[in-house]
Amino acid sequence: MNAPAYNFAYLDEQTKRMIRRAILKAIAIPGYQVPFASREMPMPYGWGTGGVQVTAAILGPEDVLKVIDQGSDDTTNAISIRKFFAKTAGVATTAATEEATVIQTRHRIPEAALHEKQVLVYQVPIPEPLRFLEPRETETRRMHALAEYGLMHVKLYEDIARFGHIATAYAYPVKVNARYVMDPSPTPKFDNPKMDNCPALQLFGAGREKRIYAIPPYTKVVSLDFEDHPFEPYRFNAPCALCGAENSYLDEIVTDDKGSRMFVCSDTDYCEGRQAAGHHGSLSAAPYKERAQETSNG
Amino acid sequence: MADLDMLDNDEPLLVANSLSKSYGRIAACRDVSFSLYSGEVLAIVGESGSGKSTLLQLLSGQLAPSGGHVSYRMRDGVSRDLATLGEAERRFLFRTDWGFVHQDPAQGLRMAVSAGANVGERLMAVGWNHYGRIRDTASDWLTRVEIDVARIDDAPRTYSGGMRQRLQIARNLVTEPRLVFMDEPTGGLDVSVQARLLDLLRSLVAELHLAVVIVTHDLAVARLLSHRVMVMKGGRVIETGLTDQVLDDPREPYTQLLVSSILPP
Repeated sequence: MNAPAYNFAYLDEQTKRMIRRAILKAIAIPGYQVPFASREMPMPYGWGTGGVQVTAAILGPEDVLKVIDQGSDDTTNAISIRKFFAKTAGVATTAATEEATVIQTRHRIPEAALHEKQVLVYQVPIPEPLRFLEPRETETRRMHALAEYGLMHVKLYEDIARFGHIATAYAYPVKVNARYVMDPSPTPKFDNPKMDNCPALQLFGAGREKRIYAIPPYTKVVSLDFEDHPFEPYRFNAPCALCGAENSYLDEIVTDDKGSRMFVCSDTDYCEGRQAAGHHGSLSAAPYKERAQETSNG
Repeated sequence: MADLDMLDNDEPLLVANSLSKSYGRIAACRDVSFSLYSGEVLAIVGESGSGKSTLLQLLSGQLAPSGGHVSYRMRDGVSRDLATLGEAERRFLFRTDWGFVHQDPAQGLRMAVSAGANVGERLMAVGWNHYGRIRDTASDWLTRVEIDVARIDDAPRTYSGGMRQRLQIARNLVTEPRLVFMDEPTGGLDVSVQARLLDLLRSLVAELHLAVVIVTHDLAVARLLSHRVMVMKGGRVIETGLTDQVLDDPREPYTQLLVSSILPP
C-alpha cells in the first residue's frame, strides 16, 4: 500500500486560505474572536485541534517548529503534534525556544523572551471569557460589541469576597488594546505580563468552539483588577529543585505517597538550558552537580 | 438637588404617545397615551391578558411598538424617542437611569453570585474599580432594604422569596435611577412579607423621589403605592385617574367589577 500523500502541513490549500483570512481579521481586531470553519483533525477535541489548524495554516517549509504542553517539550501531546508536522510538512523541529519560528503551546508561555521573528500559537479550550457568567452566546457577543465588561469584574469581586484575594490563577482575563476582554487560554496568570507588548505575534485557536483570535506584536495587554486589589502574578515561592531558578513558573511533582514533593521549572527547555550552563538546585541529578562543582572549583 | 428636581418637574419624564402593539392579528396594546412625571407612581392594573406586561415592555424599550412612540427625558434634560436610541445607549440607560424589578427575582438577579456582587454589578458596569467602595455601597444598600449585612457573601439562591425581592430592588436602585419599572413585585409572596415589601418600597420611592410604573393585578398594591391608576382591558386603557378616585368611585363597569371582586376584610 502506498503511503498517503498529504498536502503540505496536512490541510488542503483552500482550508488554509480560509484559516489565514480568519487570522488576518483577528490580527486586525486585536482580542476579537473571529469565527472560522474549524475542520476535523486527526486528534480528539481538547488536544489542540484549534492550535494545530492555526499552525498548519501559517507553517512554511523554512519554519522551525517547537511544541510545548504545560511548558514541557516531551509530553505525549507535544511529541505527537511535533511528529505530526514533521511528517506532514517535513519542517525542522526543535526544543530550543530561541531557535523556533513557530511555537505551538498549551497552557504556558516560554520563559525565554520571544522575539519578532516568532509566532506563538495557543491551544484554546474555551475562548469566551464571559462564558461561565453569561451562558447565552448571543448575549456575550453583544456585550463584546458594546464593550460591556462590568460582568468580568463581578467574577473578580466574587473571588475577593470568597477568598480575600483574586483567586483566579489561570485563564485570567485581560483587556487587549484597551478594547476587547480576552481569555488568554488556560495559561497561569504568571504568564499574563509576558503577553503585554510582546515582540512576537500571538495567535489563539479554539477548534471545538471554532474561534481564532490574536494579539499583534507590541500590543498593550492589561490584566483586569481592582484599584485596591491589583493584579499579581502568582508563583510558588521556592527555587527550582533542578536548576535553582528563582523566577520561573514551577510545576509541583509528588515524589512519594508520604507527602514529599518537589518543585521544578515547568518550562523544560529553560530548565535544561540553565542546568547545562551550570546552575543547579537542591535535587539536581549527580552529573550536573559534579559539573557545577567542577566549574566552581576550576 | 431637590431644587433641580422641582425645576425638572415641569417636564414629564416619560411620555407614551398612542402606543400600540399587535402580535399578528392579536392587538395586545392599543392606543395608550400618558405622561409620567418624576416622583410619580403610576399603577397599571387589569386582569391577566389585558396587555399590562406588553405595555411595560413597550415603555422600557424591550419591545418595539407597532405604532406610536415613547420618549424619555434623559439626565441632560433632553427628551428622546426610545426608538431612536442606539442599542448601546438603551442598554446604558437600562443599567443606570432605569430599574426593572421582575416578578420572578431569578430573572432580575444572578442567582449563583453573591448578594454583594449582585448589587455591585451595575456599579462595576459603569466603571467602578475599587473593591472596598463597591462593597461598602453594597452593604449600605443591603441595610436599606433590610437584609442582614452578614449575608452579603451568600448567593441569592440561599435567600427566601421576600429577601430575593428586596435584593432585586437594592440591585436596581444602587445607581440611583430616576425611573423604575416593576412587574408584579409582590407576586408570589405571602401577605406579611408583601406588607413589609410594600412598606419598604413606599419609603424608598418617597426618599429617592423615584418615578415608578408598576404593573399589578392586586388593587391593594396599587392603593398603597401609587398616585395614579390606569385600568386596562383588552389592550386598551379604559379608565385612568387618581388612585383613590378610581378605586373608591369607579366609573367603568369593568373597573367596578374589579374593585368589587376584592373580598371585604
